[in-house]
Amino acid sequence: MVGMQPVEKGSPRQKGLVTSHEHYLNVDYSVKSWLLTTDHKRIGLLYLVSISVFFMLGGIYAMLIRLELLTPQADVLTGDMYNKVFTLHGFIMVFFFLIPSIPATMGNFLIPLMIGAKDLAFPRLNLASWYVYSIGGLFTVLVLALGGVDTGWTFYTPYSSTYSNSYVILAALGAFFSGFSSIFTGINFIVTIHKMRAPGMTWFRLPLFVWAHYATSIIMILGTPVIAITLLLVGIERLFRIGIFDPALGGDPILFQHLFWFYSHPAVYIMILPSMGIISELITCFSRKRIFGYNFIAFSSMAIAIIGFLVWGHHMFVSGQSVYAGMIFSVLSYLVAIPSAIKVFNWTATLFKGQISYDTPMLYALGFIGLFTVGGLTGLFLAALAIDVHVHDTYFVVAHFHYIMVGGTLMAYLGGLHFWWPKITGRLYPEWWGRLSALLIFAGFNLTFFPQFLVGYMGMPRRYHVYPDEFQVLNVMSTAGSSILAIGYLVPLFYFLWSLRYGLVAGPNPWGAIGLEWTTPSPPPTENFGETPVVTWEAYEYQPDPPTTQQQLKDTDLDAAGIGAPAAK
Amino acid sequence: MWEFPLFPDQASTIASGVDGIYFLLVGLSLFFAVTVFFFILFFAIKYRRGSKADRSGLVFESSKLEFTWSFIPLVLALTVFVIQAKAYFDLYRPPIDAHEIYIVGKQWMWKAQHPEGQDEINELHVPLNRPVRLIMTSQDVIHSFYIPAFRVKQDVLPGRYTSIWFEATRSGTYHLFCTEYCGTDHSGMGGSVIVMPEAEYQQWLAGDSGNVPLAQAGEAAFQQLGCATCHQADPQAQGRGPSLLGLFGQEVQLESGQTVTADEEYLRESIINPRAKIVAGYSSIMPTYQGQISDEGLQQIVAYLKSLKVDGGEQ
Repeated sequence: MVGMQPVEKGSPRQKGLVTSHEHYLNVDYSVKSWLLTTDHKRIGLLYLVSISVFFMLGGIYAMLIRLELLTPQADVLTGDMYNKVFTLHGFIMVFFFLIPSIPATMGNFLIPLMIGAKDLAFPRLNLASWYVYSIGGLFTVLVLALGGVDTGWTFYTPYSSTYSNSYVILAALGAFFSGFSSIFTGINFIVTIHKMRAPGMTWFRLPLFVWAHYATSIIMILGTPVIAITLLLVGIERLFRIGIFDPALGGDPILFQHLFWFYSHPAVYIMILPSMGIISELITCFSRKRIFGYNFIAFSSMAIAIIGFLVWGHHMFVSGQSVYAGMIFSVLSYLVAIPSAIKVFNWTATLFKGQISYDTPMLYALGFIGLFTVGGLTGLFLAALAIDVHVHDTYFVVAHFHYIMVGGTLMAYLGGLHFWWPKITGRLYPEWWGRLSALLIFAGFNLTFFPQFLVGYMGMPRRYHVYPDEFQVLNVMSTAGSSILAIGYLVPLFYFLWSLRYGLVAGPNPWGAIGLEWTTPSPPPTENFGETPVVTWEAYEYQPDPPTTQQQLKDTDLDAAGIGAPAAK
Repeated sequence: MWEFPLFPDQASTIASGVDGIYFLLVGLSLFFAVTVFFFILFFAIKYRRGSKADRSGLVFESSKLEFTWSFIPLVLALTVFVIQAKAYFDLYRPPIDAHEIYIVGKQWMWKAQHPEGQDEINELHVPLNRPVRLIMTSQDVIHSFYIPAFRVKQDVLPGRYTSIWFEATRSGTYHLFCTEYCGTDHSGMGGSVIVMPEAEYQQWLAGDSGNVPLAQAGEAAFQQLGCATCHQADPQAQGRGPSLLGLFGQEVQLESGQTVTADEEYLRESIINPRAKIVAGYSSIMPTYQGQISDEGLQQIVAYLKSLKVDGGEQ
């Protein structure tokens, strides 16, 4: 069996890539082979590198925000600079990190492996999506180089279309292009999941990760064109002074908000649904137990995707939209909370009578449930019209969406990255450091964002760099937390890179996990499977017994443990 | 210096109601969070790998359980919805006798005009225990008028009037913030709301501002802009435009067959964009006044038109 040699530290044979078999990484080392690849696994890695760069960039802006907010006065940044910094933080994090994060990296890498396919349905479209994303990224870098953009990531008109003196059109084009990359990805996933499942891989044997990506793809292809058109209209109004959104030209600024949130609310589900998919994989694996309520989790993803399209007006309760519209959007927002609650309850029930171990991915998964629960419950506050009137556009909202989008998506993203890292690279990350990072991030996150709920209910508006003195204590706590959080995010960066060369060789299935992706060598060969697998088992058929923590695996022959035997054999 | 309050002042009639809903939600959230976290921790410890806990009789699906944990949150959520929706609805039904103040937001200041003629910037003086309604517009981008101590907030839009009302219940000075991002000095666009007992407030209103009352300023503008040549005060006289006497608050029959209520927004739109709504029986001959009147001037004219009552003309 491949990749099983006992590890000898320092042995030259063990450094660098796993060399025991030909796989997607060592098949060709040339730059050209990467830039022209149509292998979904390599494209997943191209995305991983790109979004990591943008994540660090967005993170630097986040630290500047927290630094400025340490004191009530403007001491680090001027008003204009602060406005650009928070705009770029949100813009980069949303459009260039969070939206592509899980789908474009792990979704890309894993969906074909999970359903037993050789690749996605349209490999060249997949590569094109990365290039389109990169074009969007270049526009963004250009915006940074020229002097930034200051509209907030929300681009509200008529500020963006008439008043802003910054690079609005370039930034809008950046988001426009990155939007097309997610449309491409969405189309690819939907077709792949419909047409390329291996024999025996029925819809209800699909891993819930795949269901979650199916729901996400629907949002991507139905919602993204709307934001693309909307941003284009902002550019047209700005450039040609054609009245669309600016009342001075005969336009309607509220129209922009409707169009913007019609996409941007479902976009939150583009970020959170794939995370929920990851959590379903992690909870089952580390409880060694089938998921509780498979059908309910699968259909709740679809329910979220559909109802999620009908709640956009809850961003506009104080915008001047009709009171009755506000009420409809409020009740629909309460309804969309139910499928999320169903998932949390089912994950909890999955733990019941499990054989639970606490490797890094599981710590991230449990952290996700905690943070997502807080984020979801505080969403109920914001859906309450009378409360929203008070806390709208305050730090309460900032705290809420960070709990969902950072607490939720990023915890799941990192949990998934640790879980599948051995599959992607063929090497294990160092477990102790992994657990440390999960704990640092969980603690740092709560210290950063929980005080923001309090300061928000006190009335501190968002996007303020100067604030009344009585808000300072909570802001100091938040800034302190953010430095812990930053360290928590940096630690994995170092040990992941370290593990590429020095990590223990993982073998095909270090977690003893169920799923087609674990039946192929790590890293997988270019064509994924030697022969097309035939699926004869249900999803998550975990057996409670043989415990397989990393430590025990170090010196165990995996074949002897009898896990993850391919069905085809 | 290091004050550390954790809760905003309650200084309006609705504040305690809003906080009540807030605490109800805090209670419900704690209930759900504590329940979920309890079970997770309990299972995490009891069923840790290798523990001797009984694991027989595994179940992987239960419609009963799924129904229960969907239905209970659903009922609770809808209950909360009904309670809070009522509070929101009241927020948009101002008492008829509310004291009206006109607000213009502009980058980066708030300007208030009182009917008595006082005007002020980044400060708003309001009477204690009397409903106040703000009629607001923006001169440039979208702003949002927010008084945390009153729990009220309303976006302020260019080219449109929005309004909000409150009744202050405690004298004092409270924060006023702009909460819709509006550019360079967004965080500086705020100031204070000063709540004064009625007598003090009247004294403040009587102070010398050098301004005539709002309606009177509006009337001057009305004459100066030549509005009166077409819109004559006498309803019997056949002007080229309809008489505006007693118009405010009435239902207006339009040429298109629709009817609209003549509120502040209708008056504003009819001056800026006269062709949008043509009164039945009249032709579309009025020119636009866009660009000829400032937002403050427009509010003065609106205040004047509102003062034209049928019984005996001006108030």
